[in-house]
Amino acid sequence: MARIDDEMLVCRCEEVTVGEIREAIAQGAFDVVGVKRRTRAGMGLCQGKTCEKMVQQILCQELGVGPDQVGSTSVRPPVRPVSYGALAEGVF
Amino acid sequence: MLNKQLLIVGAGPAGLAAAIEAKKNGVKDVLLVDLNMKAGGQLMKQIHKFFGSKEHRAGVRGIDTGAAMLKEAEELGVEVWLKSTCVGFFDDKVACIEKGMEDGSKKIIYLKAETIIIATGGQENVVRFKGWTTPGVMGAGAAQTMINVNKVQPGQNIVMLGTGNVGLIVSYQLMQAGCNVVCLVEAAPGIGGYGVHASKISRAGVPIYTKHTIKEVKGNGPNGRVSEVTIVEIDPKFNPIEGTEKTFAADTVTLAAGLKPVSELVKLQDIELVFNGPFGGWVPTHNEKMETTCPGIYVAGDTTGVEEANTALEEGKVAGVSAAEALGAISAAEADKQRAEIWARLDGLRMGPFGEKRAIAKKEVMAKFPGVRA
Repeated sequence: MARIDDEMLVCRCEEVTVGEIREAIAQGAFDVVGVKRRTRAGMGLCQGKTCEKMVQQILCQELGVGPDQVGSTSVRPPVRPVSYGALAEGVF
Repeated sequence: MLNKQLLIVGAGPAGLAAAIEAKKNGVKDVLLVDLNMKAGGQLMKQIHKFFGSKEHRAGVRGIDTGAAMLKEAEELGVEVWLKSTCVGFFDDKVACIEKGMEDGSKKIIYLKAETIIIATGGQENVVRFKGWTTPGVMGAGAAQTMINVNKVQPGQNIVMLGTGNVGLIVSYQLMQAGCNVVCLVEAAPGIGGYGVHASKISRAGVPIYTKHTIKEVKGNGPNGRVSEVTIVEIDPKFNPIEGTEKTFAADTVTLAAGLKPVSELVKLQDIELVFNGPFGGWVPTHNEKMETTCPGIYVAGDTTGVEEANTALEEGKVAGVSAAEALGAISAAEADKQRAEIWARLDGLRMGPFGEKRAIAKKEVMAKFPGVRA
């Protein structure tokens, strides 16, 4: 059933809505990384720095669990945006 | 590859204090890296005087503490890279840094550090409501940076969400900067921060709506900017009460909904994290040396749990002393002696109705420390 805030954006970078995150949870996602794999929430420019907490809150609400049960976003380098040029010219 | 004895990521109060202590204790080679244009972190926008006792820098403005620390670090010969971002960590303490060059370009540099202190601070939380992505909605800390560092008004008519100390202090500073604060909105039944700050707001005639939240922000201003803000009363279960809406004309909404630790660099290492609500989420567990489960990697400040500049500064000192010990610059006995003095001050900072919760949180985080990995 559609809910009043389903259209609301959560991940701005990848334009993922509350409804899409709820759908991912209904399909079996039970943590932040599971939501990320299904919806791309947290895979954009900011790498989930803005939406992570909101994804955690939605997971807690939908699953009825505490914030320690839903994990946090996964990271890999580079953790901040870096230009290809700078990367290519890297000094070892 | 470049080699460094000690790499410190983040030149806020924790990182600066760590660099100073390490240098004072005889570490020759200290590199401090920060992505901002200036060192000092949040201290550089704290134009208000700190509370507490004299040994905790009470009565001194954060910005003055920051400037004095930066001067001391420079005099001690700490190497500081500004506009430089640590974007990766690899095995054997190899760090990847995007270094800001003098000509404005960026260069990727890989370096190997014998010890590392991660002091990357905290980051503001976002709150979602209808229209939260509208231009003109921003963090209260971002607004504070705009007025106190960049000398730019974030807007003319501002609605502040949150009445913790950040919400209260930034509201007052926005007024000092010539902005009109329309009202403050707080979901809890009472004000979150110190009464002395709230009184300043009330005396200026600015209403504080407790048991309220933002229902909707409309973006009909120039370039789709915020034009009006509707707030609504909420019941004890935080559900909006229909018919209690109030709408204000405003062009800016500032969110003071707490911070979370910036933990991406910590996560790149094999460091054990624990969840702690009062500290803002997932934090690295550590021992009394501020050492993580990864040998030779230390943490300090808001990265280890969101607190205040004063606690960050003292934790940074602990980490700096511990790095000096690990590098053989001072003996274990000397390090223990210095750490005991700093921990006594930290205990002093974590007292009282606001500090006690943080004392308990710190104890919990440290109690879960499984030991440094072999």
